[in-house]
Amino acid sequence: MRGTALARWAAGAGGLALVATGCGGGTGGSVGTAVLSSSWGDPQNPLEPANTNEVQGGKVLDMIFRGLKRYNPRTAQAENWVARSVETTDSQNFTVRLKDWRFSNGEKVTARSFVDAWNYGASLRNNQKNAYFFGYIDGYDKVHPGSGTQSADTLSGLRVVDDHTFTVRLNQKFSGFPDTLGYAAFAPLPRAFFTHHAAWLDKPVGDGPYTIESYTKGSQMTLRKWDAYPGPDKARNGGVTLRVYTDNNTAYTDLMSGNLDLVDDIPAAQLKNVRSDLGNRYINTPAGIIQTIAFPHYDPGWNKPGSQKVRTGLSMAIDRKQITRTIFRGTRTPATDWTSPVLGLAGGYKPGLCGSACDYRPAEARKLIKEGGGIPGGQVRITYNADTGSHRQWVDAVCNSINNALGNGRACVGNPVGTYADYRNQIGQHKMTGPFRSGWQMDYPLIQDFLQPLYYTDASSNDGKWSNKDFDRLIDRANAETDRPRAMADFQKAEEVVRDDMAAIPLWYQNGSGGYSERLSDVALDPFSVPVYYAIKVS
Amino acid sequence: MGRYVVRRLLQMVPVFIGSTLLIFLMVNVMGDPVAGLCGERACDPGTAAQLRREFGLDQPVWQQYATYMGNVFTGDFGTAFNGQKVTELMSTAFPVTIRLTLVAIVLEIVIGITLGVVTGLRRGRPVDTGVLLGTLVVISVPTFVTGLLLQLLLGVRWGWIRPSVSPAAPVDELIVPGLVLASVSLAYVTRLTRTSIAENRRSDYVRTAVAKGLPRRRVVVRHLLRNSLIPVVTFIGTDIGALMGGAIVTERIFNIHGVGYQLYQGILRQNTQTVVGFVTVLVLVFLVANLVVDLLYAVLDPRIRYA
Repeated sequence: MRGTALARWAAGAGGLALVATGCGGGTGGSVGTAVLSSSWGDPQNPLEPANTNEVQGGKVLDMIFRGLKRYNPRTAQAENWVARSVETTDSQNFTVRLKDWRFSNGEKVTARSFVDAWNYGASLRNNQKNAYFFGYIDGYDKVHPGSGTQSADTLSGLRVVDDHTFTVRLNQKFSGFPDTLGYAAFAPLPRAFFTHHAAWLDKPVGDGPYTIESYTKGSQMTLRKWDAYPGPDKARNGGVTLRVYTDNNTAYTDLMSGNLDLVDDIPAAQLKNVRSDLGNRYINTPAGIIQTIAFPHYDPGWNKPGSQKVRTGLSMAIDRKQITRTIFRGTRTPATDWTSPVLGLAGGYKPGLCGSACDYRPAEARKLIKEGGGIPGGQVRITYNADTGSHRQWVDAVCNSINNALGNGRACVGNPVGTYADYRNQIGQHKMTGPFRSGWQMDYPLIQDFLQPLYYTDASSNDGKWSNKDFDRLIDRANAETDRPRAMADFQKAEEVVRDDMAAIPLWYQNGSGGYSERLSDVALDPFSVPVYYAIKVS
Repeated sequence: MGRYVVRRLLQMVPVFIGSTLLIFLMVNVMGDPVAGLCGERACDPGTAAQLRREFGLDQPVWQQYATYMGNVFTGDFGTAFNGQKVTELMSTAFPVTIRLTLVAIVLEIVIGITLGVVTGLRRGRPVDTGVLLGTLVVISVPTFVTGLLLQLLLGVRWGWIRPSVSPAAPVDELIVPGLVLASVSLAYVTRLTRTSIAENRRSDYVRTAVAKGLPRRRVVVRHLLRNSLIPVVTFIGTDIGALMGGAIVTERIFNIHGVGYQLYQGILRQNTQTVVGFVTVLVLVFLVANLVVDLLYAVLDPRIRYA
């Protein structure tokens, strides 16, 4: 068996050598031609940019697409990529100018590539799950009404000026809009996407540093370096083979036995030996993910005068430091605000904004909960889905911590739900009677993305139905503000409103973790916890 | 014989309809699958309504079932949430699982029956006691422990095999997973054969055969084994279905993309079409395997006749 594996590997290497000499381009030598293998999960949706809302599909899109902007993998700053410039004078009308760029099938990336793609993504009939990203663009309510059929096919706010220019009119002022354009949903699409849709889905074609060589749905995708890629972030390896693993434990075992080069999800059970197994080939870097405990503000028991004291008390009863150290072994960091460290101080992250409310203070916790009228129903039941992640362990730990702090062994229990779909179902019906687990992975590195979708009145992910006029007003003002520091100040003021009412308890910032084989170097995870594939060197 | 087969085939119809209906209802009870499709947020109401309409989820359950069964009879098993046809998923998953099951069954037959014959003929000897103890250990250790242990030892420590099976899943890579999958059944086959052989050794026809002066080999293979295999064949026949559907754990450990993987994925994503489709086929496999087993009786034991 070993023999066949070796033979196959040798054949693969031979094929690659042929490719390398055939192209005869650029880097030369062995660097840049070797292929690495990486763990993957089966994407939940078809690989359309506006339909991919999870990290596994996002991984592929990040390799084969480049949008107007790209988030710097290190600093998370949005930088112009296919865009030459995105200009506005009033935060509502934007003019986008493009660089000369091509799709890997030779087609030119034009203003129309973007406008058609965005119209497709926004249109109700295409069932695109990221459609709401186009919700700021004028005319969205016509192409994507909340109910009934659409009365228009294209967004009235988009206008093609010439091949390299188009304009965007928003339905409200939103100064952060250019910074959202690095999200995959805003990627341009070639004509083949519209004319030969099924064939395109079998083998997507984009304008990024890699092209897809073959795709066996549900098991493997092989990507190759696109030699003629026009951008500055050319791949430094010959390609990437993504292999679907059902269980991240198997992927880890494969890494240990030299069968796999890169895993971007270390199983919780292996965290205690990962350092001795991998040494400095273990990566653990902050990602734009925050875990919180949300509350059903629609439930009268949790929404009466003094309830905020109970919520703050519960927050103070959680020993975040101990839980992150013992259960997560440093792969999560105690949260001290409602955003993420990856934003950076300039981007709105403000450590310590939560203040003493996020410290472990059992005595004060008991006092506050008593003042607030006690826990509704006498017991906190934290609902979570038990099928993925290691939610059970930490929910139990949080409950233990609360029980210890309150000196009541029955103050808090976990309430597991079998599947994620069922869990989302129960949340969506707004029938929760107690707090529930809530995780948020940012779509784009902006403080706005950590606040507005989660806490604005009736926002898309405001699962607890929290509503506060001051918060809404501050967010509106911040979005309209063209001066960046002033906008940040307003966002942070809004975050203070969240804190004072303890709309949700911040628990910890989640890190991305990964490990790689000795063949690789220059491996890093970006703020979305996706490996920065193009930069990886294979020896 | 012919009439018997027809009667059995007709009996399959209600069993088939009943089991698919049960599965359909069970997946439906789990709630609205659209809720899990949009990550950590609610789908916007427009898209959610559109998706429900497209998957027929806005209709009453009985109507969904009727439509589904109607489509199944025309060979259309519906579409999974990731846009792939369920028949397409089946065409990639079933060959892999069938290969794995075959490997497991072959190991079961070869190793299990051989050990059973050896121990049955040498009852009470050290060989018998040793194998008996071995089967006890195999039966009492859960499959996932055996699987992970073999994977760690053979795959990582000694490097004899790849810890995971490649997407093409060739037979040579499936031997260790097949052994793990077969391990418990293998132990049962050994024990069944042993008891059966030991019992029949004392029967009249064996004594007659020995008295006739037939060579020992012929007595064991033609007379003793053939009659002793009836309970074993029943067991292996019903085991085919169990192995195909029960490979979830083994497939997960060795990262095999077969039926177990698709079912697991389908249940997690509450994908009615995938789950019901795959289970329907498994039900058919079960029914057919049972029929074949019953027919095999007649071949093995000349005393059994079907009318």
